[in-house]
Amino acid sequence: MSEVTSSLESLHVRRSTFSPLFTLAGALVITAFFTAAPWILAASWVSILSNFFILLIMATMWNLLAGYAGMVSIGQQGFVGLGAYATLYFAIKGMNPFAAIPFAIVTCAVLALPITYLLFRLRGGYFAVATWVVADSAMLIILSIALLGGGTGSYLPGLSSLSPTQLDHDTYLATWFVALAVVVATYLILRSRLGLVLSSLRDNETASRSAGAKVTATRRLIYVIAAAGCGAAGSVLAISQPFVQPGNAFNLNWAAEMLFVTMVGGLGTIEGPILGCVIFFVLQQTLQNYGAWYLIIFGSLAVAVALWQPRGLWGALRQKTHLELLPVGYRVRRSDGVETTSS
Amino acid sequence: MPLLQLEGVSKRFGQVVVASGVTFQLDEGASLGVVGPNGAGKTSLFGIISGDISPDAGTVTFAGKNLASVPGPTRCRLGVGRTYQIPQPFEHMSVFENTLLAAQQGARTRGRKSFELAYTSLERTDLAPLANRPAGTLGLLHRKRLELARALATKPRLLLLDEIAGGLTDLEVSELTAIVRELQREGVTILWIEHVVRALLSTVDRLICLANGEIVADGDPRDVLNSEAVRRVYLGGAIINEAATR
Repeated sequence: MSEVTSSLESLHVRRSTFSPLFTLAGALVITAFFTAAPWILAASWVSILSNFFILLIMATMWNLLAGYAGMVSIGQQGFVGLGAYATLYFAIKGMNPFAAIPFAIVTCAVLALPITYLLFRLRGGYFAVATWVVADSAMLIILSIALLGGGTGSYLPGLSSLSPTQLDHDTYLATWFVALAVVVATYLILRSRLGLVLSSLRDNETASRSAGAKVTATRRLIYVIAAAGCGAAGSVLAISQPFVQPGNAFNLNWAAEMLFVTMVGGLGTIEGPILGCVIFFVLQQTLQNYGAWYLIIFGSLAVAVALWQPRGLWGALRQKTHLELLPVGYRVRRSDGVETTSS
Repeated sequence: MPLLQLEGVSKRFGQVVVASGVTFQLDEGASLGVVGPNGAGKTSLFGIISGDISPDAGTVTFAGKNLASVPGPTRCRLGVGRTYQIPQPFEHMSVFENTLLAAQQGARTRGRKSFELAYTSLERTDLAPLANRPAGTLGLLHRKRLELARALATKPRLLLLDEIAGGLTDLEVSELTAIVRELQREGVTILWIEHVVRALLSTVDRLICLANGEIVADGDPRDVLNSEAVRRVYLGGAIINEAATR
């Protein structure tokens, strides 16, 4: 027993393989660059970045939902739409659309909670189809509300006082700060005790339960967080349009895009959806003169990755290099010189 | 008051009966072995106790508490730890993270205490040098040890061991048996399913034999192995003679 005590005294647990100062310095540089982007980049690039961040928000949330909590949803566009329409509703009621973003987030979270009690009765493919049904049902309900423009939609009020340039800047900053908040929140969740539960769920639900993890409660929380995040994406999407239409806000393509970029980048890693979004937008911009070819190429890439690199391109890179830009794991080190192996 | 009590527990999947009126009790600190042919319902019995499977009838009581409406994770937090016959590591997590999850969720420890509990569990199972290895890269022996380490990190009062010696060499079986005996000395109650009979004989102080979901024998390990009913349903005469004389 004395041996155990002495080894425990020399036990150190770290959270990353390199100094967290590198991560912090890198994060500060990136934050400064993207915050200053409207003043240093051309307007067309600012617009592209806005769309990039909207997709990044959705993909990060879908990754949390499917990549960690094991809930493969094809209905997250429902919360994108609800977020957009919640923003429209609050704007119609006189609120500044930018100020309505947090209210749209809360609205989606509140709506998502009771939905879990229905969805969580289903598993696997049935769950996925049910999420789609929920999304379509939400759209049908919205279509029937005349105040929100019914089937034709409505222009988002409260933005006319801003000049076009100011509106573009503010819209960009809103999407950037929401995306930053979503990625940082995801990182903090995955570094917390909850993160370890999510990682275990990703790997083996049965073992996770038997180790004492409250799987259902964790899943419910993650579903609500993912709904809130997709609602935030919908809210900034509504502001960036700024005409809110059911066919656009509840478009199934949102679900397809968030799924594809996460699969290509790397399911179950924070960096994966970021890489997936970068590849998606690089292909889109490079091949924009060739119609939908970027989608065909990206779809083929997704199939190839699913077949040969199921953990995505970032997963493959990490396996080879042990590189983690946003480390969430634990590493054991003994100060008495006893080494633990890592491979 | 017994730590674990099963009263008339029954379960069937369609026409397959995995438990039929199973009744037994286990005092705190005792160790009970479970043998029986494949398909006898041994692992299902563990599932019923740990909460993975809901019984059709009967009651499971742990430390005086009826577990009928208690979900699996809560049973773990109450002190029911288990291992699986086929190891179930969290493959993309490190060996240390596997036990850390159990320490944080099962044993409800935080911060430094959770690190120490997780690491101690690895030391007890000789896995500490592999703490940073991804669990998916471990071989069979180390996976079995990790099953045990993760169960230990939940600080169990009752430990359900499901064939942890299966597929291991004699030396490896001896090492695992030594760990189980040490746990016994510390007062952990053991319920152990095992086909490696000599491992059970050197460890448990009572044995039951299951067949078709029913207990066909219950008592002193050697008496159980020598009983006619157990010979008939589980062991051949040559094997039983060899096992009983060891």
